[in-house]
Amino acid sequence: MSIELEATTRDQSLEVETPLLVVENLFKRYGKGCAHCLELTGPEQDTNHCRNCGALIACAEVNFEIYPGEVLGVVGESGSGKTTVLRCLYKDMEPTSGRAFLQAFDNGQTDIFQTNSQQTRYLQDFLMGMVRQNPAMGLRLHITAGGNIAERLLAADWRKVSEIRERSSGLLDRMEVPIKRMDDYPAFFSGGMQQRVQIAKALANQPVLILLDEMTTGLDVSVQAGVIDLVKEVQRESGVAIIVVSHDLGVIRLLSERTLVMKNGRIVESGLTDQIMEDPQHAYTQLLVSSTNY
Amino acid sequence: MALQDLVAPQQSYNYAFLDEGSKKEIRRSLLKAVAVPGYQVPFGSRELPIGRGWGTGGLQITLSLIGKGDIIKVIDQGTDAGVNAVNIRRLIERTTPDVTTTLETAEATVIQTRHRIPEEKLRADQTLVFQVPLPEPLRLVERSENQTRRMHADKNYSRMWVALYEEVVKHGLIARSTSYPVLVNGRYIMATSPIPRWDIDKLHQSDHLSLFGAGREKRLYAVPPRTEVIPLAFEDYPFTVENFNGMGCVRCGSTNTYLDEIVTDDGQKIFMCSDTAWCDGRVARQSKESV
Repeated sequence: MSIELEATTRDQSLEVETPLLVVENLFKRYGKGCAHCLELTGPEQDTNHCRNCGALIACAEVNFEIYPGEVLGVVGESGSGKTTVLRCLYKDMEPTSGRAFLQAFDNGQTDIFQTNSQQTRYLQDFLMGMVRQNPAMGLRLHITAGGNIAERLLAADWRKVSEIRERSSGLLDRMEVPIKRMDDYPAFFSGGMQQRVQIAKALANQPVLILLDEMTTGLDVSVQAGVIDLVKEVQRESGVAIIVVSHDLGVIRLLSERTLVMKNGRIVESGLTDQIMEDPQHAYTQLLVSSTNY
Repeated sequence: MALQDLVAPQQSYNYAFLDEGSKKEIRRSLLKAVAVPGYQVPFGSRELPIGRGWGTGGLQITLSLIGKGDIIKVIDQGTDAGVNAVNIRRLIERTTPDVTTTLETAEATVIQTRHRIPEEKLRADQTLVFQVPLPEPLRLVERSENQTRRMHADKNYSRMWVALYEEVVKHGLIARSTSYPVLVNGRYIMATSPIPRWDIDKLHQSDHLSLFGAGREKRLYAVPPRTEVIPLAFEDYPFTVENFNGMGCVRCGSTNTYLDEIVTDDGQKIFMCSDTAWCDGRVARQSKESV
């Protein structure tokens, strides 16, 4: 069984000009903080820790926007704040300060960092999908693969088992998960298959934005390539916007059109992926590019 | 101590065992429960001379409500003669001299029950009090109390629906026999105490007030009269009640009541009305008619 993923983009003329998501001054700090935190941390200081107060600055001064149907890559070393940005956007954690506006939510008029719990659920269940590095965080391993997808559909008031199963099997088939495994528990799936189930779950309610957090980390190269190809195909079919976070520049190069490079919680460089790969400006980006074999 | 002493009124305790302050607090919690149908109201569960988990929640509600002229019926698994029912009835009798007890459903003003709703349709002047072991319907899908409260507050019941979906996938039907989850007044999912599916329809738009008490878990909740109580089910897997395959009660012959299955010494299965008072009444009527 195969289904066509419906395009989630709307009025094309509007989308060309209006960003899907605008993030302004996203700042996440662990610890009390002081007046010198910003100047004592960052790529110039080569640390995330404020030596004055000991606070950890996970990310600061993060500004970017993403347009409908675009794939934005975020690359950087471990601890650079990539996942923090994603988790703040998905409302897994509260940012210390900053604003973000999603066009599909209240026509981009409401800051998604200020939503109440019901609005947050709406954002997570309907407007955004997230694929996590650790499938155990994104899937309920003691619920069947079909049940994991059904959870999203049931949240959207689907109340016919036959329709739920049709939609779930269609999504799993599209993700190249054998239909006969639909009623098996993801705990018994391979890592690649678990990630594909996660992607199917994220796509269930046709979100406008999907967040991919290190989705290929821990997978072997051939499985990585399969998952990346799948994401590219799904993105092309559905037109969903994607933010893909990875420390692997190869993944970013294959998937994204535009890339942000992060280091010590700051964006140090941004631009077209090809441009960054061919002509890196920041010293860290140059190091990153020169360290890869792509 | 003579046998007579064991059934004599206990003067050393306050009327209805609990002190007046406790009863007032429980009644205030009940008012809140009635005002927000299906919502679990926390309350300070008191110590009683029966073990926690043996009906203390229901008993505290009953004791806080009863007064002069009330007539109490206590049933356990549908029968008035269960050990638990007898002991609770005896405690009520000994601590409330002006309250009488009965075995007849129609006579009672307050009916305390575990596992069943009487077969006889209850009236608006009757109150049904349930003893509830597990008041949290979401406990099977979420262990954290904090999370289940959050899920109720957000009306986030997708995980409960997933549990039902998984039952359909595994068994081809929703296999829950008791404590079937219901949506009360279109808002809260509620555990129906361990009553069988057979009885759930009796809560929907009922004439009587239903009060639920979980003493061990310290929660009260209520279904006021004329309230919508809808069992959770899928459009293509609708809610069904128990099917006895046309079997009838071996005593009264009833085929439209909830039946208990009994295996006799010779290995045969026979069925009898679970509600013994109803069965007794029917047998009495039949013998009168035959005379």
